[in-house]
Amino acid sequence: MPAAEIDIKYVAHLARIHLSPEEQEKMGAQIGSILQYIDKLNQADVQGVEPTAHAFPLVNVVRMDQSRPSLPTEEALRNAPAQANGLFMVPKIVE
Amino acid sequence: MPNRLTISELSGRLARRDVSARQTMQACLDQIQKVDGKVHAFLSLDAADALAQADAADRIFGSGGGSPQRPLLGVPLAIKDVLCVRGHPLNCGSKILGKYISPYDATVIQKLRAAGAIIFGRLNMDEFAMGSSTENSAFGPSRNPWDTARIPGGSSGGSAAAVAADECIASLGSDTGGSIRQPAAFCGVVGLKPTYGRVSRYGLVAFASSLDQIGPLTRSVRDAALLLEAISGVDPCDSTSVPQPVPRYSEGLTGDIRGLRIGLAKEYMIGGVDSAVKAAVDAAVKQLEKLGVEIVEVSLPHTEYAVATYYIIATAEASANLARFDGVRYGQRVDGNDPIEMYGRTRGAGFGAEVKRRIILGTYVLSSGYYDAYYLRAQKVRTLIRQDFLKAFEKVDAIVTPTTPTAAFKIGEKSDDPLQMYLSDIYTISCNLAGICGISIPCGFTSSGPGALPIGLQLLGKPFGEETIFKIAHAYEQSTEWHLRKP
Repeated sequence: MPAAEIDIKYVAHLARIHLSPEEQEKMGAQIGSILQYIDKLNQADVQGVEPTAHAFPLVNVVRMDQSRPSLPTEEALRNAPAQANGLFMVPKIVE
Repeated sequence: MPNRLTISELSGRLARRDVSARQTMQACLDQIQKVDGKVHAFLSLDAADALAQADAADRIFGSGGGSPQRPLLGVPLAIKDVLCVRGHPLNCGSKILGKYISPYDATVIQKLRAAGAIIFGRLNMDEFAMGSSTENSAFGPSRNPWDTARIPGGSSGGSAAAVAADECIASLGSDTGGSIRQPAAFCGVVGLKPTYGRVSRYGLVAFASSLDQIGPLTRSVRDAALLLEAISGVDPCDSTSVPQPVPRYSEGLTGDIRGLRIGLAKEYMIGGVDSAVKAAVDAAVKQLEKLGVEIVEVSLPHTEYAVATYYIIATAEASANLARFDGVRYGQRVDGNDPIEMYGRTRGAGFGAEVKRRIILGTYVLSSGYYDAYYLRAQKVRTLIRQDFLKAFEKVDAIVTPTTPTAAFKIGEKSDDPLQMYLSDIYTISCNLAGICGISIPCGFTSSGPGALPIGLQLLGKPFGEETIFKIAHAYEQSTEWHLRKP
């Protein structure tokens, strides 16, 4: 695993986190050393081992497909940074 | 001083009307006034609301309503700032949520209210529960009541410090890799991480959904059992909660643990353990033997991979869970020319360094070309770690370990070295990966003189084996006096 190759600027963009150049430098070094440590997983023999996503996987957890009371619109909007007409406001998306 | 009592002591006095809920709540508020300037366990609290709840409890007592249906009537419980309490602020120790007010109660809060508890205060924590010291809180660290130059542990540091400093009777925290047990050990209180699926996570702000559990921090094992009884159970709002009956945990605390088998993991007693911690744990193991348990050596051969596995799985899940903090529906927003720029600026300004580091690491291990090498491999090693435990539990009823390799460290000691901070979670992390339960209880101090710091003993139990670890922890606790010391 090419730990040293992490392109912090690119991955931060994927994560939608703006980093200053100083943050990029510091974080790049820190994540590099964490990845180096993580590389020890290469020593584990995982041949034929099934992955675990959940310790107790429950399947087909369903409920009746019935409408039920939910958060009223005004409650859902109460914490919004910008809202109008019962909607969340965001910057313009299409030209 | 009713704020110093355990839940079981307080409930008895409340029922006899020796003390009122209002007096108890006021005593907690007075104690907070007195010590929280130093301890900084609380981010905020609404004293009028807390006293109103106390008055309501007193009215129920007055009309003879204290009943088995309300086992926590009039008991003031404080809440980690990661759980939704309707009408109260929720910040997760972060700036990004701004002036967020929870629109609903978490399931555990609904259950505690139904049991009669007074729900008050927002307890400090590492931002989004990412950390082991509360130094990652955007609102400044909490301090250890035993030595305010030291951290109380984390991420539920405020929850542990508030219980240790007698600012509340007990509290709730959350545990993803040790965040209840480690601060409980550092502050000399009891902390339980329930089996994955035991407690509903509805209304718990998600960090790593396959690892997170809510649990109690208390002054006694009995109190932890009482709180777990109250908050457990399947919940239609959390599809990962397990439909397993909830035992009366507190009724199983007989003090008789003769014939039980407890495992000592050989991989846990090598290297890096502070000598005072090792001595305290060795003495605790001897004490357990005196109480009639059989100590058996067990092996957890994949222990050395636990921290690496955890930091892949937890960060991967966090990178997805924390995508919701984007400045659209709640919290703070930093405007941009388009949504992408707005997201990046909002998250860049709103998240602290550790949260950014973990989201970026998690994004990386899930990204195209690296998924198989990191995330999938970690999930496979997780299987091996879980199998280690299930195999060990064929031979033993519980496993005993130190909770932490050292006692509480100093503020600033590890904050510049994330990897060193991560390695301090070595004994607690596997429990979450395996989905089993674990409890930390006080088992000694670093010295006999002034400045002594508490040491924690961890008991790990089978999936849904809380009854057994409670029983062992209780028998040990009742045969020692560590839990009676106050800072």
